[in-house]
Amino acid sequence: MSDGRINLKLKIWKQSGPNFPGSFADFEVQVSPDASFLEMLDELNNDLESKGLEPVAFESDCREGICGTCGLVINGQPHGPIPKIATCQLHMRNFKDEDTIWVEPFRAKAFPVVKDLIVKRSAFDKIMYAGGFVSVNTGGVPDANAILIPKEKAAESFDAAACIGCGACVAACKNASAMLFVSAKVSQFALLPQGQPERYERVQKMVKVMDDLGFGSCTNTYACEAECPKGISVRNIARMNRDYFVAKVKSANLEVEV
Amino acid sequence: MGWLLESLNSSLGKKFIMAVTGICLILFLIIHLINNLTLFLGPEVFNNVVKNLETIKPLVRVVEVILLLIFIFHIFNGIRLWIENRQARPERYAVNGSSKNADVFSRTMVQTGSVIFVFLVVHLQTFWYAFNFGSPLTDLHKYYEFVADSFKSYAYSGFYIAAMIILGVHLNHGFQSAFQTFGWNHKKYFSFIKILGAVYSIIMAVGFGSIPVYFLFFYGGN
Ligand code: HEM
Ligand code: SF4
Ligand code: FES
Repeated sequence: MSDGRINLKLKIWKQSGPNFPGSFADFEVQVSPDASFLEMLDELNNDLESKGLEPVAFESDCREGICGTCGLVINGQPHGPIPKIATCQLHMRNFKDEDTIWVEPFRAKAFPVVKDLIVKRSAFDKIMYAGGFVSVNTGGVPDANAILIPKEKAAESFDAAACIGCGACVAACKNASAMLFVSAKVSQFALLPQGQPERYERVQKMVKVMDDLGFGSCTNTYACEAECPKGISVRNIARMNRDYFVAKVKSANLEVEV
Repeated sequence: MGWLLESLNSSLGKKFIMAVTGICLILFLIIHLINNLTLFLGPEVFNNVVKNLETIKPLVRVVEVILLLIFIFHIFNGIRLWIENRQARPERYAVNGSSKNADVFSRTMVQTGSVIFVFLVVHLQTFWYAFNFGSPLTDLHKYYEFVADSFKSYAYSGFYIAAMIILGVHLNHGFQSAFQTFGWNHKKYFSFIKILGAVYSIIMAVGFGSIPVYFLFFYGGN
């Protein structure tokens, strides 16, 4: 150790493209404990590039835990060992000198690897297109407070809406199930008056697309909730199940068209 | 009917079948345990209970067929879910972090379920077969003595006790999981349901397990 920096061994997944086999590559870094995990990877990449070597491909954007692009599986846990933060909010002080850190991409059939640690998460977008919105007619601006919403409902809906679509729930689930994400998106509307007209259509459509995209089925391990950077509750999954069954029983539609 | 099949074949539908069949089996186990615990009331009582069941045989048969269907659906769907869920993650992680984010009960449902299945086959082959199709002791309506005789073997009793512990493990996850699947996860009551499930599982494991323990260690023979 020199001036408080720690030495780490990294085992990072390298894969040149979607249809290429990947494997782990070994790296050694010396890093400040105050660096974030992504800064550590930046330093590693600067170093690799200065030597004319190919950098490690990873994704990031906001670097403050709100955009959801940065997910990595660190020592078997999406977003690393600290609960309720994204990879970009993880600091190297949570690791010890001489630790070995395994860094892998999110793994799911529905999230194919693009390169190294980057996966394609457009499956989530497709689920959103199926129902993750409220349809409104254009017209005059509605009056404020014309629709009364109880404080608790608004708060609960907001908690669900805090989902950043990072996909850690899928990565954590042993079944690669997207239930936490989809249920958060279903719930944020199901809890508000504005979401009511399409409530039961929405849940059927979003679940259908989720199933078609090859995500697994939930077996209630609750690993998603444990790894979610935003602490989305599995109660949203219960709500979605309830809405789905009600929709199936009540809806007059024989087929769900998305 | 197309919509119904499609609904039951969706990811949520399959879960729904697991939960409905699971709850049916949970209820069945309660009745089965009460019935079995009459063994502790001695040979006359138990043999009479079994004889009384004989008199309502047609009804018993109907229940047995329903139970068989429930088991088939539960097992078929459980294995199907397991296979499909593995396919949803074709490449495994090098480091398995699942012990850090999920309990062992939830991660081993198919394994504990499989042990229960093996147990079920052995169990039916010994008791159900002998009670229904006869054996030297059961032909004389000495059902109690047949049970006592069966549990004389350390290997057989040991297998029973182990299987009942595994059953408890399966139920501990299954109980609350079924409630979650139905959508009955309420902030106020769910922790109670989890505790209720744990208590139920312990009662089942200890209750059923106590029978081989009794015949192995405390029953002197006649
Ligand atoms: C007396 C016997 C049994 C009882 C009472 C029972 C009960 C349950 C319950 C209540 C669930 C939870 C349902 C849910 O998650 O909504 C469950 C899940 C499961 N059971 Fe059983 N079960 C029994 C036997 C079996 C057998 C023989 C198998 C054979 C493979 C099996 C395999 C499974 C699997 C794989 C699951 C997990 C499915 C999931 O979580 O989605 N079970 N069981
Ligand atoms: S539910 Fe949580 S883990 Fe899943 S996508 Fe949303 S923020 Fe990420
Ligand atoms: S980079 Fe935006 S959440 Fe991490």
